[in-house]
Amino acid sequence: MSELSVDHLLGIKDLTKEDIQLIHTTADQFKEVINRPIKKVPSLRDITIANLFFENSTRTKLSFELAEKRLSADVINFSAAQSSVKKGETLVDTVNNILAMKVDIVVMRHPNPGAGVFLSKHVDARIVNAGDGAHEHPTQALLDSYSIREKLGTLEGKKVVIVGDILHSRVALSNIYCLQKLGAEVMVCGPATLIPTHIASLGVKVEYNLRKALEWCDVANMLRVQNERMDISYFPSVREYVQQYGVNMELLDSLKKKIVIMHPGPINRGVEITSDVADSDQAIILNQVENGVAVRMAVLYLIASKIQRND
Amino acid sequence: MSQKLLLNAQELDIILHRLACQLIENHNRFENTALIGLQPRGRFLLNRLSVMLQEHYGIKELKTGLLDITFYRDDFRRGEEPLIANSTDIQFLVEDKKVVIVDDVLYTGRSIRAALTALQSFGRPASIELLTLIDRRFSRHLPIQPDYNGRQVDAIGDQKVKVMWTENTGEDAVYLLKNES
Repeated sequence: MSELSVDHLLGIKDLTKEDIQLIHTTADQFKEVINRPIKKVPSLRDITIANLFFENSTRTKLSFELAEKRLSADVINFSAAQSSVKKGETLVDTVNNILAMKVDIVVMRHPNPGAGVFLSKHVDARIVNAGDGAHEHPTQALLDSYSIREKLGTLEGKKVVIVGDILHSRVALSNIYCLQKLGAEVMVCGPATLIPTHIASLGVKVEYNLRKALEWCDVANMLRVQNERMDISYFPSVREYVQQYGVNMELLDSLKKKIVIMHPGPINRGVEITSDVADSDQAIILNQVENGVAVRMAVLYLIASKIQRND
Repeated sequence: MSQKLLLNAQELDIILHRLACQLIENHNRFENTALIGLQPRGRFLLNRLSVMLQEHYGIKELKTGLLDITFYRDDFRRGEEPLIANSTDIQFLVEDKKVVIVDDVLYTGRSIRAALTALQSFGRPASIELLTLIDRRFSRHLPIQPDYNGRQVDAIGDQKVKVMWTENTGEDAVYLLKNES
């Protein structure tokens, strides 16, 4: 297995287990690269990448941009946050812009699920989905699984619980697909209002009691409560959420084994996890950020390697 | 495909000893020298040389590393086969060190060009030399020549030089592979 089975990275759902493993092993090499005194390789020097962010993002955008620059690609950025233009119009406009600028790869975040798939059908460029609504966020799942693999050696047979707002989370869906493909068992845990009704059909366990979930797992991925996506109240108060689904040091210490704590960021300190948990040696939150750059370099490198140069 | 034996195990051993001695001539006790093997195939030659230098010639502190040049190659997105990276393992800075690049076959010189660029990521070496086991004459694309060379071979066109190591394929030998026409 030496190349991806897909031309675009639209979601983890389309990837095979071998694709994910190839991305991970390639990321191993890039992780070494980004720890050198000079953290840059010339591989993509003739590739132009457009970062189209139709939704706010700090770390994903920075991480992609850094990954692109470390690969020596030419980068253009386009932010259209708070745009009130309707989906169809915006994307068609974007399409025309991209075609005119001769861009090779488009990295796109968009509030509408399926935006990446739509674009991939209308543009002669490779698309990397950096988050589409509450649908998928494939590079986050790839870096999460990479970080677990780095910490525990393998995903095979590991038990991972995803805690919090599963309903609005693209991280949760991509993680479920990714972890299952790599042989891990997945459980989701949160208030019943924030767990999608048919989530069990994806083959995940559902648990409403945080302590039971933590006793079961090797890794807990704590999701952020996404207030900006909530149009109604899903739980009575933040205070109550913290009491039932917040992880603190006392709770962690009372478990039989030391579990690994992950968080895709940004953290609401004192809500999903307390500060001492976020800063403890059980948390690999900053490793996730570092690995994010290496994993995104691997994704861009492997996607670019399938664009045959004709000159 | 026919194959012709270029070097047998004994000849290979003699050459390795000669190369080791030539290195000692120029680098003395290797205090400020680093041997860098190119992945994937330079690794075996590097291992042989470093074991020989340490066990046979009593060199105590030998710095060695492995360099992968995949991300520096000039044929990315041009070939049929995708380029898959190997691991790089250089646990020191090459700043002000005398570096010897070690690879098994010198052919077009493009790998060495890539290695020269890649090495810059680890600092500015005092000097860089090239050691190869087999130098394929008349096939260079770039002005690159070895400083230490095992054997010159006149191989043309689609002929291939195959270097085999006991730890890799079960025998020490170098073959010239030819297509029957």
